[in-house]
Amino acid sequence: MKKIVLQALLLLLALTGLTGIVYPLIVTAVVQLCCRAQAEGSLIERDGRLVGSALLGQPFDRPQYFWPRPSATTPQPYNGAASSGSNLGPTNPAQFDVVRTRVAALHQADPDNRLPIPVDLVTASASGLDPDISPAAARYQLLRVARARGLDPTRVQALITAHTRGRQWGLFGEPRVNVLELNLALDRLR
Amino acid sequence: MTGNGWLQLAVYMVVLLLLVKPLGQYMSRVFDGSAAITRWCRPLERALYRLCRIDGEQSMDWKQYALALVVFNTLGTFALYALQRLQAFLPLNPQQMSAVSPDSSFNTAVSFASNTNWQGYAGESTMSYLSQMLGLAVQNFVSAATGIAVVIALIRGFRVRQAHALGNFWVDLTRSTVYVLLPLSFILALILAGQGVVQSFRPYQTATLVNPIGVTEPATNATGNPVKDAHGNPVNRSVLINTQTIPLGPAASQIAIKQLGTNGGGFFNVNSAHPFENPTPLSDFFEALALLLVPAALCYTFGHMIGDRRQGWAILAAMLVLFIPLLVIEYWAEARPNPAYPAVVAQAPAVTPGAQQPGGNMEGKEVRFGVTDSVRWSVATTAASNGSVNAMHDSYTPIGGLIPLWLIQLGEVVFGGVGSGLYGILVFAIIAVFIAGLMVGRTPEYLGKKLEAFEMKMASLFMLIPPFCALVGTAIATSVAAGRAGTANPGAHGFTEILYALSSGAGNNGSAFNGISANTPFYNTLIGIDMWLARFWPIIAVLAIAGSLATKKTVPASAGTLPTHTPLFVVLLASVVVIVGALAFFPALALGPIVEELQFIHLH
Repeated sequence: MKKIVLQALLLLLALTGLTGIVYPLIVTAVVQLCCRAQAEGSLIERDGRLVGSALLGQPFDRPQYFWPRPSATTPQPYNGAASSGSNLGPTNPAQFDVVRTRVAALHQADPDNRLPIPVDLVTASASGLDPDISPAAARYQLLRVARARGLDPTRVQALITAHTRGRQWGLFGEPRVNVLELNLALDRLR
Repeated sequence: MTGNGWLQLAVYMVVLLLLVKPLGQYMSRVFDGSAAITRWCRPLERALYRLCRIDGEQSMDWKQYALALVVFNTLGTFALYALQRLQAFLPLNPQQMSAVSPDSSFNTAVSFASNTNWQGYAGESTMSYLSQMLGLAVQNFVSAATGIAVVIALIRGFRVRQAHALGNFWVDLTRSTVYVLLPLSFILALILAGQGVVQSFRPYQTATLVNPIGVTEPATNATGNPVKDAHGNPVNRSVLINTQTIPLGPAASQIAIKQLGTNGGGFFNVNSAHPFENPTPLSDFFEALALLLVPAALCYTFGHMIGDRRQGWAILAAMLVLFIPLLVIEYWAEARPNPAYPAVVAQAPAVTPGAQQPGGNMEGKEVRFGVTDSVRWSVATTAASNGSVNAMHDSYTPIGGLIPLWLIQLGEVVFGGVGSGLYGILVFAIIAVFIAGLMVGRTPEYLGKKLEAFEMKMASLFMLIPPFCALVGTAIATSVAAGRAGTANPGAHGFTEILYALSSGAGNNGSAFNGISANTPFYNTLIGIDMWLARFWPIIAVLAIAGSLATKKTVPASAGTLPTHTPLFVVLLASVVVIVGALAFFPALALGPIVEELQFIHLH
């Protein structure tokens, strides 16, 4: 028995060294050489200041910006230190209330817009940090943003088109628009 | 449901099946010691064994094998517990995380050592980089390797004649880790990092928000207690949020093994729904592929090692017979609109260029994955004993939540965990042969070995322990206040949250209806015990079967032998899995997702 415990302990130490130290360090070394920007969080700077990550969504509530999906993180939405979904069930009345509130907020920000609201714009994402909205959700907000900025809608539409990513390799995932990148591009238009 | 969606699912299945043979063959050669890499590395391997005082040539009987396995995993559990309790004093803790609580450390240590990877904690706000890398990731490797070792021992039990030797646990563990899991993880980690998964030792970064936002939160006084007004109501104050924390860490290396080892414990709280853990549809494809890769390929390894590949394909076919219909139903279930949403909300998928949207039940799902990639993941992760998620199962429609739950309850034998899925379905195959034997009145035999009372007793134990742990655990949790207090949703859905949590622990899956507040002493202890019993008792039963089979002679196939590579046997095996799973869990499911589905379709 004593022998088995010793063998187990030594092998655990050896495998810990291999899989817990050598392996992650080699991976780190390789990716820091070949794709450093991604490994460090795909960070975005503006005027020398860190304004976010291309992969993490951010909250936007001003009319001149495209709004992201609702986020269920606490205490504030898009809290990068505590990712979370809402975990509200499909028959929970609280879920129906919160969807109605989101519909009302969108209508209040743009009272004349009676287009159908894409479902991703009124439902909370899984991570609370979803960086994307669907192209339909961007189009839904187009006139509001153009009006708030005094821009010709066709210019804003062109910007949405330029920032729409299709399915990866033409096959995988869903078409999407990165909200932070789109809004930063809007700010550059002026 | 869209044409592209079906195509994505089909491509996934085809790529998975194409990889079965090459990887399965490779693993078989690794364990026979004939793969090129094992020959090149032989001197290093020998040196490692010498260092660990291990005699690599010594073959163990089933009791020695089981003892070594239990001792090794127990020590691993203690090491992980200690690491979490001491992380505040150890290096690589840039966020200055404090010690993890005793009950949470116990739960997490058992969880990772048992290949469950149930997460009561939130990674980015609990674990230091060191705990993740040196603790959790290491258990990801060795718990997966333990599963492979057990199934290899079982295969040897079928293969040898009138012997006691099942192989050497230390050697099987080491070879699984070094020649199978490490190289695959390395490749996957590089693919993932290229897509944007972080791999960094820098502390969390702080970004300045482009659009600072005001939020209202409960006001607190200088001592941190909530402020109340004259009527005793909490006072709110508004604060301006103008920064965002950007979490980092050595994630890519850990996520690779998390997927490949059917572990599932995420680096971040929301697991592979987190953009830093699963940033693109392509990373999602590879992570989902990795999830079923080793369990599927092991079927081929099995056929190859016993010298009859048709047996391996038959097992794989039985898995597919169960997997594919459930995937289709899941896709249908989640593509449905929620009848209670306002009519102005467009819930159908749209493919018009410039106005595309995924549609369907998008609560708790990410836009880049939509419904298709989310259902692919949820079915694969619960068929395998992985338990990672890329969408929140708690917010799935009732049928959408039922299917992952039921796949866990089937015993995680549809692909299943690395090793554990195959040894699980082989036990079901033994039961299927036994039932067929009863029907025609002949002594059952499988792969030339007669199945007798001892094997059937062990197989029954194997089959009964997980449902026992899941259902008794659920009964305890629903009967005490501490258990009921954890639910986040009202009604039948709340019950499903509890049932899912205990089933997930007993199935060593690790996914959750995440709304449940399980990071409490009650749930940490209950699920911790659940996971430990449901992992190691069945393993001992399997090794006992292996030991008993090894001592028997091989009987030649006769006219009375049931062939076990035919479509008839595939259907029989799948039926046995379904009937056992349905009988054990139908009453509980009727109280949870089935009732809720009836409520759901009558919503308006």
